[in-house]
Amino acid sequence: MSLRHVKDALARRLFLLVSVGCCLLVLPLVVGLCIKARPVLAQQSVAQVLFSSDWHPLQGRFGMLAFLVGTVYVTVLGMAVAAPLSLLSAIYLAEYAPRWVRTLTLPLVDLLSGIPSVIYGIWGVLVIVPAVARLGEVFGVYTSGYSLLAGALVVAIMVSPFMIHISREALSAVPEGIREASLSLGATRWQTVKCAVLRRALPGVIAAVVLGLARALGETIAVLMVVGNVPGIPHSLFDPAYPLPALLANNYGEMMSIPLYDSALLLAALVLLVVVVAFNLLAKGILAVMQREAR
Amino acid sequence: MSRKVDLRVAEERLFKGLMVLALALVLGSLLSILGIIAWKGLPSLSLAMVTQVPKGGYYLGKEGGILNAIVGSLYLGLGATLAALLVSLPVVLYINVYTRRDSWLARAVRFALDILWGIPSIVYGAFGFIVMMALGLRASLGAAIITVALFELPIMVRAMDEVLRLVPEEISAASYSLGATRLETALRAVVRQALPGLVTAVLIAFGRGVGDTASVLFTAGFTDRLPTSLAQPAATLPLAIFFQLGTPFPEVQGRAYAAAAILTLLVLTVSVLSRWFSRRFSRTMIR
Repeated sequence: MSLRHVKDALARRLFLLVSVGCCLLVLPLVVGLCIKARPVLAQQSVAQVLFSSDWHPLQGRFGMLAFLVGTVYVTVLGMAVAAPLSLLSAIYLAEYAPRWVRTLTLPLVDLLSGIPSVIYGIWGVLVIVPAVARLGEVFGVYTSGYSLLAGALVVAIMVSPFMIHISREALSAVPEGIREASLSLGATRWQTVKCAVLRRALPGVIAAVVLGLARALGETIAVLMVVGNVPGIPHSLFDPAYPLPALLANNYGEMMSIPLYDSALLLAALVLLVVVVAFNLLAKGILAVMQREAR
Repeated sequence: MSRKVDLRVAEERLFKGLMVLALALVLGSLLSILGIIAWKGLPSLSLAMVTQVPKGGYYLGKEGGILNAIVGSLYLGLGATLAALLVSLPVVLYINVYTRRDSWLARAVRFALDILWGIPSIVYGAFGFIVMMALGLRASLGAAIITVALFELPIMVRAMDEVLRLVPEEISAASYSLGATRLETALRAVVRQALPGLVTAVLIAFGRGVGDTASVLFTAGFTDRLPTSLAQPAATLPLAIFFQLGTPFPEVQGRAYAAAAILTLLVLTVSVLSRWFSRRFSRTMIR
């Protein structure tokens, strides 16, 4: 065997090793967080941690319900704003927009999806928070503006460019023949989009929404800066909330000084991880079923 | 009949209006972000900001700059991107050249990386923190580089995989027929063909890594000095912005906006560069 073939064989083994390592990378993440979270779970049951809002680290009580609810509210509200916005924008860009709008807008959207989250946070503090405070005045609710609504809006704008990008790609991949067939039957542009194009692009659009959702769930700094960070279950859009990532980021400094606190926070990280992974798996399952049915 | 047509036209108009409105809203918000960063940040931007480290009383509004954070961010970004590249390249080459692209291993790798891609950066930060503790290390540039590299890895592999998938089979077939091994084919034919796209993928990952705050929060530490070794803590731009905004002094907050302008400029430059790169060098590709 020549040196070239030895090199090739070595590279094959090395590359395989690295690839398998990548496959298994999620395991140390889960196992590491589990080990660190065990001390808290030894004291309190999982149900107690997840379904009680009794958060008093100094007394050793770690009920995370308020943070879980905060995370869910911010994410769901954010997606409720972002999904229609992004989908409508993507449909416009893929189906309606004149060429010059497309060439101007698409690079811009891509550029802006790379803006760091701190920058979105600053924008949230300077623009969204005062706007929400004003809105509160209109509705006769006193609010500082640092609220669930502000967090949701910032998240919505953050994930939009990204969701527009993916769903536009899915829409553009629909074969032109489908549109022509629908238009030739006398359907309007919108009917064509609604009944033919969207149906075909649905898996891609769902993937866009799920990827956006995963990002929204884990978004930390931008949300933390505008959401108010008061541990309690929010009862209105104008109440402050306290999502899990913000909890983690805010308390990393003190976590070594209170017993079990670090364990509880790393449990929070584990919960976040499990939720995000579960969402991803669910979406993958749905997509697999849809693709099988499409065949 | 005509009534039905009217309804259809009305629906068409309504939705078209909504679409334009939605796009305007998104673009308007995004442009207002750039606008407000420029408007708030540029007045406080000075030469001292980018050439000096913080001096005594900097966080009370005294002299100094954020060179520590700029240099820290660049070190961190470059180190993490290099580390991520060293892992990504073998992985994408393996799943695109060594095995069939739809083999079970290739699918397993893609699946695993999709899962990793979705994991929030704060979780990577927490994991980095655990590893750091387990190894008895302190918050340092090295720990942060490893954490950010983990965070960048799935982003880079996904982007690279998309590029390599577009490389036509004929190119590798031609290479094999000349007697080249897989490794030679991978490095000399496939990588060369995909080079512009690969560079873009690396730059995208770099941009995400430099801009990420949550993953370095636990692991990088913060210091006013320039880091001289991997074992020392390092300041980063996102954290510098975050901390300075938290102070009650308007001068310091002004500098936070200036730092934000610098970070935005850095990320946008990388982004523009990557687009230019993929366009400029796509000429060298065989079609």
